[in-house]
Amino acid sequence: MKTIVGLEIHVQLATTTKLFCGCSTDYRDDEPNTHCCPVCLGLPGALPRLNKRAVEYGLRVAKALDMKVPEESEFARKNYFYPDLPKAYQITQYDKPLAVEGTVEIEDDEGHEKIVRITRVHLEEDPGRLVHVAGGSKYSLVDYNRSGIPLLEIVTEPDMRSPQEARRFLNKLRTVLEYLGVFDGDREGALRVDANISLEGSERVEVKNISSYKGVEKALTFEVTRQKNLLRRGQKVTRETRHFMEGRGITSSARGKEEEHDYRYFPEPDLRPLRVAGWVAEIDLPELPVARKNRFMAQFGISLNHARTLTGDPKLADFYEEIAHVDPVLAATWVADTLLGELNYRDMSIAAVPADRIAELLELLKEETITDAAGVQVLREMLDACARGRPCERPVAIVEREGLARATGGEFTQIVQAVIAANPQAVEDYRTGKKGALNFLVGQVMKETRGRADPRELGRIVSECLEIGGV
Amino acid sequence: MITESDIEHIAELADIGILKDEVPEFTTQFNAILDYFEVLDTVTGEGAPAAGITNVFREDEPRSCLTQEAAIANAGSTENGFIKAPRVM
Amino acid sequence: MAGTLDFSPDDRYNAFITTCRQAPFSDGALAGTAVAVKDNISTAGIRTTCASRILESYVPPYDAYVVGLLRKAGAAIVGKTNMDEFGMGTTTETSAFGPTRNPADPSRVPGGSSGGSAAAVAADLVPMALGTDTGGSIRCPAAFCGIVGLKPTYGRVSRYGLVAYANSLEQIGPMTRTVEDASRLMSVIAKYDPRDSTMLDRPYDHRPSADIAGLRIGIPEEYFGEGVDPRVAETVRNAIAVLEGLGAETVTVSIPGMRHALAAYYVICTSEASSNLARFDGVRYGPAVDTRKTWHEAYQDLREEKFGTEVRRRVMLGTFALSAGYAGRYYAKAQVARRNIMQDFERALRDADIIAGPTMPTVAFRLGEKTDPLSMYLSDILTVPANLAGIPAISVPCGRIDGLPVGLQLMGRQFEDERVVDAAYAYEQEVRA
Repeated sequence: MKTIVGLEIHVQLATTTKLFCGCSTDYRDDEPNTHCCPVCLGLPGALPRLNKRAVEYGLRVAKALDMKVPEESEFARKNYFYPDLPKAYQITQYDKPLAVEGTVEIEDDEGHEKIVRITRVHLEEDPGRLVHVAGGSKYSLVDYNRSGIPLLEIVTEPDMRSPQEARRFLNKLRTVLEYLGVFDGDREGALRVDANISLEGSERVEVKNISSYKGVEKALTFEVTRQKNLLRRGQKVTRETRHFMEGRGITSSARGKEEEHDYRYFPEPDLRPLRVAGWVAEIDLPELPVARKNRFMAQFGISLNHARTLTGDPKLADFYEEIAHVDPVLAATWVADTLLGELNYRDMSIAAVPADRIAELLELLKEETITDAAGVQVLREMLDACARGRPCERPVAIVEREGLARATGGEFTQIVQAVIAANPQAVEDYRTGKKGALNFLVGQVMKETRGRADPRELGRIVSECLEIGGV
Repeated sequence: MITESDIEHIAELADIGILKDEVPEFTTQFNAILDYFEVLDTVTGEGAPAAGITNVFREDEPRSCLTQEAAIANAGSTENGFIKAPRVM
Repeated sequence: MAGTLDFSPDDRYNAFITTCRQAPFSDGALAGTAVAVKDNISTAGIRTTCASRILESYVPPYDAYVVGLLRKAGAAIVGKTNMDEFGMGTTTETSAFGPTRNPADPSRVPGGSSGGSAAAVAADLVPMALGTDTGGSIRCPAAFCGIVGLKPTYGRVSRYGLVAYANSLEQIGPMTRTVEDASRLMSVIAKYDPRDSTMLDRPYDHRPSADIAGLRIGIPEEYFGEGVDPRVAETVRNAIAVLEGLGAETVTVSIPGMRHALAAYYVICTSEASSNLARFDGVRYGPAVDTRKTWHEAYQDLREEKFGTEVRRRVMLGTFALSAGYAGRYYAKAQVARRNIMQDFERALRDADIIAGPTMPTVAFRLGEKTDPLSMYLSDILTVPANLAGIPAISVPCGRIDGLPVGLQLMGRQFEDERVVDAAYAYEQEVRA
């Protein structure tokens, strides 16, 4: 049974001011209703004024997704009542969107490249935010700080065939948006997704209100299972809108009034049409992920996997380029394989990591002043300090304080002899030719020396001691 | 021909209350007006008025906002800087 | 010469909703001049009700652009004038604050929707006032009360702060006793405001001239046909003859799209209104919505209670005209009709420099005379075409029938407001002399 997925993605554009007024978009963590003016509060008599940068950002996306920009586009009113919508209509674009017919290339589930077609992109304003008061209260609280934040809605064709493909598409799209500098993925709720999903031959279900990348895969996986189970039981899938409950990982039907919308679209009489097709040629796109990945491989001689990981986020790629001069391959390995994992573990952003300190750490590793194991320990100390907002110590200082400098084998002879003495069975196994026994003994020594010695060198010392002991 | 139940449906769509005893008169008047609007069936030609001026923008430069006090001053009921609204669900 | 104006009018015609007894003013072109402002134009710190219970206690935190210009020019804003609720009417009887009476005959309506502004000027309470004109709301009361009213070219005066009724049709404009004053007030308010994206930077800065020799005046037969009181038609023809006496020529023109004008106008204005008035939900402003009810129930109850019947009728008409399955037949057709009318006027205004006709088909109605909505709508037939076409139109008093004023309407090309002002001025100077 084929799974068919199409997405509508709402992206908050990273402009300084709102779409139709000069209020700042930097509202997170601020008091409610402090980023508001007559326009975004929908006060009687206020008129919208279009933010030029939002249009430029929209066109940048259109160009990056290889879209057509029609000669004329236009804003329209979408009329519906909701307490977070101050004018009781949303200014959006309806039959004359900013751009149409684009493509995004992703990997399908077999690892082959495939095209997801983009139907259209258009500009619209974000509504305010409703806070539901706990405890069965009869009212909601409204904060209009978000009201009027510019959104770019990106609509795909139903070209994805699995929840995993949908996630890969979103990751790819997000990367492109970040490269274009039009979107800040670190802002909470900056990307929200509605997904249409059906099993071939069945009705389509719209899942609304998914506010994270991971949520999309989860919601769709849940829907696929739910719909398959319905069919297995001989029931039908109903065409409906469902809401994703992020906390519980399930979708639930949004029955009732919400489904009978008649939005009564008509052209927004307070704004003039756009004629911006000619602007597209003027746009200088930055280097996009695919181009950067290829350049990284050619310029730095790193692997496809490393190049793909490093260019998956422009901030990460910038970070890598800052420290690659130490040793490009060593830097790629450390950033892609070690640093990323440590960041995820701490839920930290790469932006919080000082590149110069990491470069110093790489120098120590390159000069073999410390071992890889000691390097990891130093890295963790630095990240823990950054995560707590403390100044990041220089790696040399940590090495000195903790006594992590690579030690030569001679320093460990006592430990090696103690380990040999304590493990007669392993020594016996080594003598009868069991190779694994050496690794075991080296591991025991590593444990005792807290990783300060190079495992290869230790291996040499341990076998020397064993040979001596055998005489 | 618009019926009384159409009128009730339109009022619902417009989120505008009408009283039961207003419905018959609203219906009669609506039908008289819509009869008059039938003249639009004889309109020939296509297309909306020409666009005229296009591309009217402002630069992405911040302006001062209202204070929270001013923003919520006209609201009928507020709580901790929020504006109270009827519950949606 | 900044100061404060004491304003304690004898408002026997109910022209004002709010008066400012101590009105501050400053230096400038209108220093110390009392100006009344229609109550759908936002005034910071002075309540702005649109003559509706739903905005009864709404105090805007900001000034409309034109109000700021008035203040800068030194005018004393002495009060907010009565009107049809949200501008929806032709008589000022739909006001939640009671009807305004016509100073020329208090048993008659002043016209609408800017009836309060017209009555305030006609009764000599103020020399000038601002009105707004969506389908004749400046010109109709000007004609009925015997004063001058100018609806500017669409896009010439900022709508920022005007509480929207039908955005694509309406303009703020001057209402005064003389054409010269209308021109003075127009010079103050017609300045470019970047906050109104539908504006053009075409400021009005003009002193009227009475020299109209060679002016070609188009006479559209549609303005003198069925439904026009023959006595009104004759009064207006006599006025046009005066202009001919001043060296103007007349040519016959035709606006065939007129037969669709009224229907197109009512479809467009109610459609836009249904969207504009949806925001009045008692959440951010207006009487508090009952937060204990479910939201649809709460909104519906509030809007039933606080909106008058005519407002609810027009909101419902517009909702219907835009709704799925009907938008093509009503809203879309009305747009085509509008384009046809614009083209009719463009064509007519190639053969003529201005177009002349009556402002209203009749003289002022008796209070309570127009009870049927459609017959009320029909009386707008001669004023709505200028709004659909976006062209300037002025109404200037041109005589009386049984003591009731008649208005001569002069329409011009887009952004040629100066020319209609000059023609009106020439007429006024000639008949006064």
